[in-house]
Amino acid sequence: MTDRDAQPLLSLSKISKRYGGVRALEDVDFSCSAGSIHAILGENGAGKSTLIKIMSGVVQPDTGSMTLTGTPRRFLSPAEANAAGVVCVFQELSLMPDLSVADNISIVGPPTRLGLIDAKAQRRRAEELLASIGCEDVNPLLNVRDLPLSRRQMVEIAKALGKKPQLLILDEATSALTNSDVATIYEVLKRLRREGLSILYISHRMHEIEELADRASVFRNGRHIETFPMGRYGHGEIVELMIGREISAQYPPKVKRERPAPLFEVKKLTWENRLRAVDLSIGKGEIVGLGGLDGQGQKELLLALFGVLKGVTGEVTLDGKPALPGSPAEAKAPSRRIALIPEDRKTEGLMLPMSIAENLCSASLDALSTGPFIDRTKEEVAITDAIKRLQIKIGSPGDAVATLSGGNQQKVVIAKWLMTNPRVILLNDPTRGIDVGTKQEIYALLRQLADKGAAILFYSTDYDELIGCCDRVAVMYDGAIKVELEGDGITEQALIASALNIDAGAAARSGHGVHG
Amino acid sequence: MTGSTPDWLIRLRQNAGLASAIALFAAFYLVYNMAHPKGFSPQVFVQNADEAFALVMVAMAQTLPVLLGGLDLSVGAVMTMVNCLASHLVVGSPLQIFFGMTACIAAGAAFGFMNGCIVVYGRIQPIITTLATGAIAIGIALFLRPKPGGKVDEDLSWALTNGLGDFAETYHLFDDGKAAWFQPIAGIPVAFVLLILVVLIIWVPFRRTVIGRTVYAVGSAEGAAFMSGLPVNQAKLAAFTLAGVFAAIGGLFLAIQTSSGNADIPQANSYTLNSIAAVVLGGTSLLGGSGSAIGSLFGALILRVISFNFRIFDIPPLMQSLVEGLILLAAVSLGGLRVLRIKNRLELFR
Repeated sequence: MTDRDAQPLLSLSKISKRYGGVRALEDVDFSCSAGSIHAILGENGAGKSTLIKIMSGVVQPDTGSMTLTGTPRRFLSPAEANAAGVVCVFQELSLMPDLSVADNISIVGPPTRLGLIDAKAQRRRAEELLASIGCEDVNPLLNVRDLPLSRRQMVEIAKALGKKPQLLILDEATSALTNSDVATIYEVLKRLRREGLSILYISHRMHEIEELADRASVFRNGRHIETFPMGRYGHGEIVELMIGREISAQYPPKVKRERPAPLFEVKKLTWENRLRAVDLSIGKGEIVGLGGLDGQGQKELLLALFGVLKGVTGEVTLDGKPALPGSPAEAKAPSRRIALIPEDRKTEGLMLPMSIAENLCSASLDALSTGPFIDRTKEEVAITDAIKRLQIKIGSPGDAVATLSGGNQQKVVIAKWLMTNPRVILLNDPTRGIDVGTKQEIYALLRQLADKGAAILFYSTDYDELIGCCDRVAVMYDGAIKVELEGDGITEQALIASALNIDAGAAARSGHGVHG
Repeated sequence: MTGSTPDWLIRLRQNAGLASAIALFAAFYLVYNMAHPKGFSPQVFVQNADEAFALVMVAMAQTLPVLLGGLDLSVGAVMTMVNCLASHLVVGSPLQIFFGMTACIAAGAAFGFMNGCIVVYGRIQPIITTLATGAIAIGIALFLRPKPGGKVDEDLSWALTNGLGDFAETYHLFDDGKAAWFQPIAGIPVAFVLLILVVLIIWVPFRRTVIGRTVYAVGSAEGAAFMSGLPVNQAKLAAFTLAGVFAAIGGLFLAIQTSSGNADIPQANSYTLNSIAAVVLGGTSLLGGSGSAIGSLFGALILRVISFNFRIFDIPPLMQSLVEGLILLAAVSLGGLRVLRIKNRLELFR
């Protein structure tokens, strides 16, 4: 069971890729063979996405080379990779919402008659491809916009199969599927393996990988750690391979103390089918982490608590009084004072062309105004305070906020919300893509805010942060909180095991994971 | 959502904008004909078709840039430019007339292509590009026709702005239009037939090319279109060029209809603004990606039939603008109902 003697279908050698100062892949050698389902494992940010983006021509590597069936290749665009038989089903969908299912499936190279697109042939093609993955119920006439997410994902898979791939890459392609779809996809993938395709399968669901894959590769911090046939290692060992790194960031010390009385309580919060009866409570001065894999409802929970989502049911209380806001404006009103540091600072956090000063004041203009007019003096005092408090490095407050570095932009977003003097602070992955120094300052700031009495709910995709910063961590899976870890029980093993929703005891012999 | 819904219902839902435009037009037009003393007669039909043709063309022209997610502020000006050009070229021998008409449409196509090049290669937003080039087109029109005037072949003018019977009589077809089989269709306006020909010969095939589909894909999700390896730039060039062609056909017809050229600036601007209204009334999204030129055709007809009704019901001119505005607003509001279904308010801004 060592490496197959046959020539690998695709192999990468010494591939490296950096984004700005961030190392995404370093010196990676990797290969995959025909007739195999090959799982790729790793934590968030381990370099899996960059790897498949390089294979499918979305980004080009800085260094290194790639060979396909023995010939050196370099894909400058996804279209080139597709033409060579490398097809990727991305996590972010590539479908055009206003076009029909049939149009989307045959978007490249549709069947034509007399030079014009043959709508009937195109529809038959769509029907055949959809039938091959058990999706006869999707009418190819429908616009993609009108399909539920799970069906869209199946259309995406049908579209990929229509390109007749030799190497099919599935990036979390099953994350939104229903159980019966997943079962069909398993059968399809196994059939394709028998037909000699090479399939790269990226998933965070350990059960799926065990069921499907014959080989697995573990990535960590942009490096390829090990490739092994499935069955060589147990769950626990695989999780250890995925972690295996020293904790690098510095965190402020946590104070051991009694759990404070709840200040902010959430009961049976439900929205569409993305949040399923979430129960959570945060005490005064407490930092509660939100863990779990991407897309398990963490973002929706934060948005719901900030009044962005319509049709939320359940109970939210602040200091015992009902506090579920109907809009962000209500959320930040003096009676609630809830703040949300949003996910994407470029679209939801900042008005990039406006000045640093204007951005800082944008959430607290009501407090800085006299009548209908903004009070210049108050504004200046507040701005100077905020800049000093967060040590934002700026030229002048009048500069456009777009001119700042990512870390300083993020500080502006945080400062903007601290100016509203919030009692509840919701953070949506606030340290993504910023430098270590700023991260440390943010950690210290969060602890300081908690000590002054704020209740903090902190979603992070970085397990280190959750361990280092939080008094408790609520781990979400499939729209609900499955496990709450507390104190010394917040370990990497326990976090990963509960994020994958597998038995904590099997994964972490020393973990203290508690089933909720 | 899936499976059980019959195909016709799906098609109807996807074309709800078009369907309601047709319904609205039919209702207004029925009222008009019932109130008109000569309602439902060929004369009324001919007159209406002639009055609507140019606006329909300009509205179809506007549709293509809108499908891409932009706006073309030069369509009315291009129409006016070609109108002035036609008042010089569409005279003389049949061959001269033919080449004159070809040159007119080629001029519109070239102008649209230029717009496309500036948008694609200059990376300037369509709205500002066409604001500037629209002024240029008006400049050219004024240069060609400093004062209203010129001449268009009289036979052609008569033949194209009346019924099929007159057309046949002018050009001595079908026993001067007296053939017995010809009588049932002799009353159909030529402008109406031209309209159908334009739709069948230009729009329908275009919609079914890869380039045509790419126009929709770009308006729907430009990033995804690019990532799918679609010919994004060619589609934009084609869309603006085709817009120029449609506007030119409108201008050419206007010249034939009025037998003259007129560099009328207020008229050019009102055609441009009305074309945007027509596109929206026809169910095309200003965000791009969904809708069709056929919708815009009916949108333009709605605008025209509103003014026909003003005439027939003697609405005082002082009230007309107000009433027209209210009708437009009400019609367009129907399209906004979708917003009520959105559950994540952030999606409203995406």
